[in-house]
Amino acid sequence: MLSVNRYKCGYCGACVGVCPAAALELVETWIEVNDDCTKCGRCTKICPLGALELVKEAQT
Amino acid sequence: MKCDLVVVGAGPGGSMTAKVAAEAGLDVVMLEKRQEIGDPVRCAEGVSKAALRKLVDLDPVWISAEVKGARLRAPDGTEIVMSEDRTGAEVGYVLERKVFDRALARDAAEAGAKVMVKTRALGLLHEKGVPSGISAQFVGESLKIEAPLIIGADGVESKVGRWAGIDTALKPKDIETCAQFLLQDEKIDDEYCEFYLGNDIAPGGYVWSFPKGEKLANVGIGVLGSKANSGTPIRLLREFVAKNFPDGKILEMMVGGVPVSGPIETTTADGVILVGDAARQSDPITGGGIINAMRAGVMAGEIAADQVPKGEVDKESLQIYEKRWRETIGKQITRNFAVKEFFVDLTDDDLNHLTHSLNGINVAELDLRGLLKVLVRQNPKHLLKLRHLIV
Ligand SMILES: Cc1cc2nc3c(=O)[nH]c(=O)nc-3n(C[C@H](O)[C@H](O)[C@H](O)COP(=O)(O)OP(=O)(O)OC[C@H]3O[C@@H](n4cnc5c(N)ncnc54)[C@H](O)[C@@H]3O)c2cc1C
Ligand code: SF4
Ligand code: SF4
Repeated sequence: MLSVNRYKCGYCGACVGVCPAAALELVETWIEVNDDCTKCGRCTKICPLGALELVKEAQT
Repeated sequence: MKCDLVVVGAGPGGSMTAKVAAEAGLDVVMLEKRQEIGDPVRCAEGVSKAALRKLVDLDPVWISAEVKGARLRAPDGTEIVMSEDRTGAEVGYVLERKVFDRALARDAAEAGAKVMVKTRALGLLHEKGVPSGISAQFVGESLKIEAPLIIGADGVESKVGRWAGIDTALKPKDIETCAQFLLQDEKIDDEYCEFYLGNDIAPGGYVWSFPKGEKLANVGIGVLGSKANSGTPIRLLREFVAKNFPDGKILEMMVGGVPVSGPIETTTADGVILVGDAARQSDPITGGGIINAMRAGVMAGEIAADQVPKGEVDKESLQIYEKRWRETIGKQITRNFAVKEFFVDLTDDDLNHLTHSLNGINVAELDLRGLLKVLVRQNPKHLLKLRHLIV
């Protein structure tokens, strides 16, 4: 799962611009992730602040 | 709601489009998802004086500083100084974009455009398979705006193109990922825009310092996406500041991404035109995109004013936009993309060597293109690949 650290995020939209699946959206200061995310990791490398991370899904 | 033209995004590209189209008589609605136009800023705010003057009547309240020129610093510290006062120079004014962007939106409003803030475009409306407007959210309420033509001036995070089937997703090698501080320090040069090159300093990019007033500057970094990892820009910027401005005080910080992809395949679709960063029209070498967005906005506004009354807004009819921008700003974007592709893989030794080759040559009067020409002349073998691009 893509995790957004919203305390770190600088709401710049760079991740939105690189996402091949158009899974991200910037709403004012809030990054939304939708179900189209393929967990490719591209956005995590681009984020200037390191606010994005792919984390293992919690087992339920 | 119904109108002739919907402009998505109230940056410099959107506001110029809206202004030109409204002046020509179109009924224009411009949407901006933020509640404050121009804020937060995602820019180092440098523009060419001559280019800006051609586009708008200057108002001194937008200008934070005027510079004498640019200073480039090679990895080993060798410097090249270029003066500003010639047409075509890339630097000249450092703007206050919070004020500038709002002033351009005000101009659009004065020309008759309806400006709606805190209004986010959510998708295209369709009628008989062709775009017929925009669905949006206006302060949390849903809203439909019908219009035959939609301008996507929605910046680096653009969605309008994607909704229309244009894949604008940037590859890592096609984006500079950036961080910037507004820095106060005695050591800041108030008169020159400075550029620091080096693979340790800024892989595939550079560090800049753009004066913002007395002992104040936008000090920032751009790193090529393909050479970056999570958080690289902010880490390297902190290192740079600790080394070069150890007593510097950070008054603001911001982050952002600049497209450096060069011209994309298409910037039009049935009923849709893309402008500025949304069309990836920023300069691949400098990362400057304000002027190109404004110029493309003027073209899009004029073309909208011609095409909408005729009812000719299909992709075929909009090829005049493709043609017009590719033959003007597109030429330099294409050339600079090729130059960038070459430069990003140079080693520090290469960069030092190139800088030394300018020893004894007066480059003060050159702009970026002139400088590249001299570099090719001085290093014919090394820069063989660039020769056909520059001359
Ligand atoms: C760190 C950094 C430094 C830079 N330095 C310089 C520089 O020194 N000189 C220079 O010329 N350029 C510089 N640039 C580039 C410059 O900022 C951009 O090229 C310029 O802002 C592009 O203008 P625009 O109108 O195309 O897009 P923007 O200015 O990005 O405007 C797009 C607008 O659209 C809005 N929007 C997006 N999606 C929606 C939606 N769905 N609905 C409604 N509104 C929406 C956004 O909120 C935004 O206000 C820099 C960029 C960065 C990141
Ligand atoms: S790239 Fe990083 S800082 Fe910018 S909006 Fe995305 S998560 Fe936030
Ligand atoms: S991981 Fe890939 S698909 Fe998911 S949001 Fe990031 S860039 Fe998009």
